Amino acid sequence: MAAEAPPPSTEKAALPTPEEFTEVQESAEFGELRRSHRSFAFPLTIGFIVWYLLYVLLSNYAGGFMGTKVAGHINVAFVFGVLQFVSTFLIAWWYSKHAAAKLDPKAEAIKTRMEGGA
Amino acid sequence: MSPAITHVTLAANEASEHRPLIITLFALFVLATLGITVWAGRQTKDAADFYAGGRQFSAFQNGLAVSGDYMSAASFLGIAGAIALFGYDGFLYSIGFLVAWLVALLLVAEPLRNSGRYTMGDVLAYRMRQRPVRTAAGTSTIVVSIFYLLAQMAGAGVLVSLLLGITSDAGKVLIVALVGVLMIVYVSIGGMKGTTWVQMVKAVLLIGGTILITFLVLLKFNFNISDLLGKAAENSGKGDAFLEPGLQYGADNLTKLDFLSLGIALVLGTAGLPHILIRFYTVPNAKAARKSVNWAIGIIGGFYLMTIALGFGAAALISQDEIIASNPSGNTAAPLLALHIGGVDSAWGAILLATISAVAFATILAVVAGLTLASSSSFAHDIYANVIRKGKATEKEEMKAARWATVLIGIVSIALGALARDLNVAGLVALAFAVAASANLPTILYSLFWKRFTTQGALWSIYGGLIVAVGLVLFSPVVSGDPKAMFPDVDFAWFPLKNPGIISIPFGFLMGWLGTVLSKEEPDAKKYAELEVRSLTGTGAH
Repeated sequence: MAAEAPPPSTEKAALPTPEEFTEVQESAEFGELRRSHRSFAFPLTIGFIVWYLLYVLLSNYAGGFMGTKVAGHINVAFVFGVLQFVSTFLIAWWYSKHAAAKLDPKAEAIKTRMEGGA
Repeated sequence: MSPAITHVTLAANEASEHRPLIITLFALFVLATLGITVWAGRQTKDAADFYAGGRQFSAFQNGLAVSGDYMSAASFLGIAGAIALFGYDGFLYSIGFLVAWLVALLLVAEPLRNSGRYTMGDVLAYRMRQRPVRTAAGTSTIVVSIFYLLAQMAGAGVLVSLLLGITSDAGKVLIVALVGVLMIVYVSIGGMKGTTWVQMVKAVLLIGGTILITFLVLLKFNFNISDLLGKAAENSGKGDAFLEPGLQYGADNLTKLDFLSLGIALVLGTAGLPHILIRFYTVPNAKAARKSVNWAIGIIGGFYLMTIALGFGAAALISQDEIIASNPSGNTAAPLLALHIGGVDSAWGAILLATISAVAFATILAVVAGLTLASSSSFAHDIYANVIRKGKATEKEEMKAARWATVLIGIVSIALGALARDLNVAGLVALAFAVAASANLPTILYSLFWKRFTTQGALWSIYGGLIVAVGLVLFSPVVSGDPKAMFPDVDFAWFPLKNPGIISIPFGFLMGWLGTVLSKEEPDAKKYAELEVRSLTGTGAH
């Protein structure tokens, strides 16, 4: 069972020195990793928050529009709500794809070097 | 309206014949989870086991447990009730609670897993002066968790008065006390391992129960959602307005502002909830933390989509009078729906009611355990070990402190649980979200991403956000001056909004910035290098 693994030896993993951390932080390779994360996560965060707030504000101040019937008793507000679910699923999937392709290999390379080659 | 709204226990009478069944199901869940707890307790040997479940849960297991930790009485009882009474406006909770996960996924889960050890305070204090920041982080963890606990206890009280026909205050206090004692046992014996397994079992039960009711509701409408909505609108007596925004919050500019405030609190709260954040320490690495968030988004999203069927189904099949008579805030709409969908006078209806109520009870217990664990961990690890003992406590002493803290927090929440009876539990949880988004989220984000951030910034942000959020709640209609308030007979509510988020969240961010730019001390550049490299790469992660 997964919960019954031996006591993890990583608890006391020796950390690289402060100088090594500073050196890595200032390296071009790490700068690239930071850029890959921030340039993806920051705009996307702003994007989905704006999209969500648009939904909240429309609900508040554009009742007529939100009440427009689309099909049967299903109105714009309902569709908008369901679209928030869809966009959440898509963004989660998109970020994970980005992370696996652009972040994980870079992070892994730095980690292996710092922990192994001290 | 008279504050002494009696809980007309219609359903309790209907359910009374089947009370032995209900009690049996409750007892079965309690026994099963106690079994898990004792088993998990035997496996709990060191602090990493107690706080982080040994860090060996798989991404799927943790995703399930995160879902179990997150889908509280607020999601199940509260949202169904809010939709059943206010139609579309109640749906905002479902959407906000889900979208919020993206903040956790994109910005918080992985860096936290990489750089922290047991608590949220580990990350907040990483590059700061330890003692003051850990004290602040511990304080806000405990305050947020207690707000959240209050909502769960309110849900427990409501359920029990519905099912067991207990309407006396003494009876309710007894039940709340029972929940409190169970949570103390779960957490102090089972630690994170026991809590995680209880949450996984609960998630499966909750999803199973919700799928069953959703299926039965949709079956009644031949899987035509439009017909379901149409019937809900008609039966609610409010017509098309029931399907449009504005029924609860559209009255005037003030209520609209309240809606916006609630919306902001929901979307920014999740990534600052300590009991959710510590769950990321239970997996081996950041990649697994990311995957567990993805699982959680899938599970939680599916569940919230089904709240459409629960809420509108209740509105379509039960009269508004009956829902309100049973609980003024609609908290019992979901169990009532189970009863109605099975047939009010039939054994099948009673069995469904019993099942759904047992699921709701399981839901509450699992969340309560998660909250208790988060606050006692933070007390033991942040405040006791690092502040009081200045990092000199042994692991044994720290775990002992955690267990005592569990008992203490259990007693506090039992005492508070008696206060919030008639408030919608989703609204109560939204307050915890507002406090978390005001006090915790700014500091988490600044700590991880802003090089210049200082100890003073962290302290101003945590305490500023905390004091303003809690203060505004105290002087809001949630606490006084409203028939449904905690203290309906007095009125000191000068702050008109029920959710403080729109003021307190920007204030928390502002104070973090201001505290930093006005700081006399330089930020610790070396420590930031360490935190930044660790948080993005996982170097040296526990």
